Amino acid sequence: MFQSLVNWARVKSPWILHWNTGACNACDIEVLAALTPRFDVERFGVLLQGTPRHADVIVCTGPVTKQVKDRLIKVYNQTPDPKFVVAVGSCACSGGAFRGCYNILGGVDQAIPVDAYIPGCAARPDAIIDGVVKLLAKLQGKAG
Amino acid sequence: MAEVKIPIGPQHPALEEPELFLLTVDGEQIVDAEMRIGYNHRGMEKSAEFRTFMQTLYLYERICGICSHSHTTCYIQAVEEIAGLEIPPRAKYIRTLIAELERIHSHLLWLGIAGHEIGFDTLFMYSWRDREFVQDILEEITGNRVNYAINTIGGVRRDIPENKIDDYLKALDILEERCGYYTKVAFEEGTLAARLGGVHYLSKEKAIELCACGPFARASGVATDVRFEEPYLAYPEIPFNLITYDSCDIFGRAVVRILETIESIKICRYILKNLPPGEIKLEKVPKKIPEGEAVSRYEAPRGEDIHYVRSNGGEKPYRAKVRAPTMQNLPATMESLKGSYIADAPIAIASIDPCFSCTDRIAVVRDIRSGKESRVRLRDLSKYGKGGRR
Repeated sequence: MFQSLVNWARVKSPWILHWNTGACNACDIEVLAALTPRFDVERFGVLLQGTPRHADVIVCTGPVTKQVKDRLIKVYNQTPDPKFVVAVGSCACSGGAFRGCYNILGGVDQAIPVDAYIPGCAARPDAIIDGVVKLLAKLQGKAG
Repeated sequence: MAEVKIPIGPQHPALEEPELFLLTVDGEQIVDAEMRIGYNHRGMEKSAEFRTFMQTLYLYERICGICSHSHTTCYIQAVEEIAGLEIPPRAKYIRTLIAELERIHSHLLWLGIAGHEIGFDTLFMYSWRDREFVQDILEEITGNRVNYAINTIGGVRRDIPENKIDDYLKALDILEERCGYYTKVAFEEGTLAARLGGVHYLSKEKAIELCACGPFARASGVATDVRFEEPYLAYPEIPFNLITYDSCDIFGRAVVRILETIESIKICRYILKNLPPGEIKLEKVPKKIPEGEAVSRYEAPRGEDIHYVRSNGGEKPYRAKVRAPTMQNLPATMESLKGSYIADAPIAIASIDPCFSCTDRIAVVRDIRSGKESRVRLRDLSKYGKGGRR
């Protein structure tokens, strides 16, 4: 009973942490654009948080540079369970255009486990919303 | 009271990108400010050397997603100068149009972020809503909302559809009206002036001494703009004004950006009404670029962007160096932070419209007077890039 209440709360209001892991800013502005009036993900209860300790979902953009890797793992460990990671943009999924650069790992899944991949260079806000909704559906499935 | 060191970053709600600012504070006042860049370093200049000139164009589009057109245009101007290509006038106009639309979207984006930093979220939501008008135009012309990839060697990829020009002009009219409203908010409403007036002061002398550029310098009364100093693309034929403001603080930077947006809208309107007919790209473009080197300057939304390209006659650039505007503005920013209050630090850092994905780089300093030949291997670069500490 209590668990279903928790799950309901989690699905209705996922709080996200936006974390640039070496992206070119394009996906970042699209993530922010998804929060603003034209696209407005707040209608799904999605709220941007400043600290990993308040977040349920980590939204990562960028191919993960070698310097950011340790911080990324730290931020991931600071986020309370259950946590979900969304990789936004082609370079967060696989390295994208930066493949072959000497200072990147090539994809967020090289550092931490990823639950949803949203491809696109840059991923459009519509695609980001679609990805978030699919993630929520997955959560609901888990809850049910 | 003892001095305390406060780190801001790499993950911090006030920063869009991972960077570390180390502020030493005495009570409320910042006495010393240090920063450490490099979290966003990907090694693009090196990987450009393994790609052809055309592939590098698309790689350099991704130096920064906000000023992507700036970097490609700056790079391609250098390549075309080496190859001796003169692009058709219509292509020049289309490139200029995209450049100005990009400036509008970047400045509105900054206005929103600045509003968010000072807790004025209404302004954030308003300006990002209005920004979507520009995004729609950009998407219709180029096919993508960001990273437009309109440039190609010898011209542009896509033409502007004639039957859509009226729609674009209408959207620009709405946008101009909205910018008029923001000017009113800035000058009459009082919130912005009260919060931003006098904060992060940078005098005109200091701005010149520390080589600030772009709207950051123009807000300190320094009349610097590459579009005037060394006109490129179609700028020599277009009438527009140089905006400066002499309040030397963040309020001035906001005003300069809002007025520049209005100026950019006028440029876009002029271009759409006076688009020369003809081809949009050259028929034949050489795959191999002849031996030579070139430096190209460009006024990006954040300031002066410089690209240096050297070719040794092959299909790939021998060197393609980038100097982004944020790099230029950082010394002045850190200098002005000293003496201001800790609560003003987020908006002060945001006020230069920082873009660290353009900025982060490795510099290896070697003494050439010793006469020893020195080489930096890829393995070394990778080791430096991993960094950790300076």
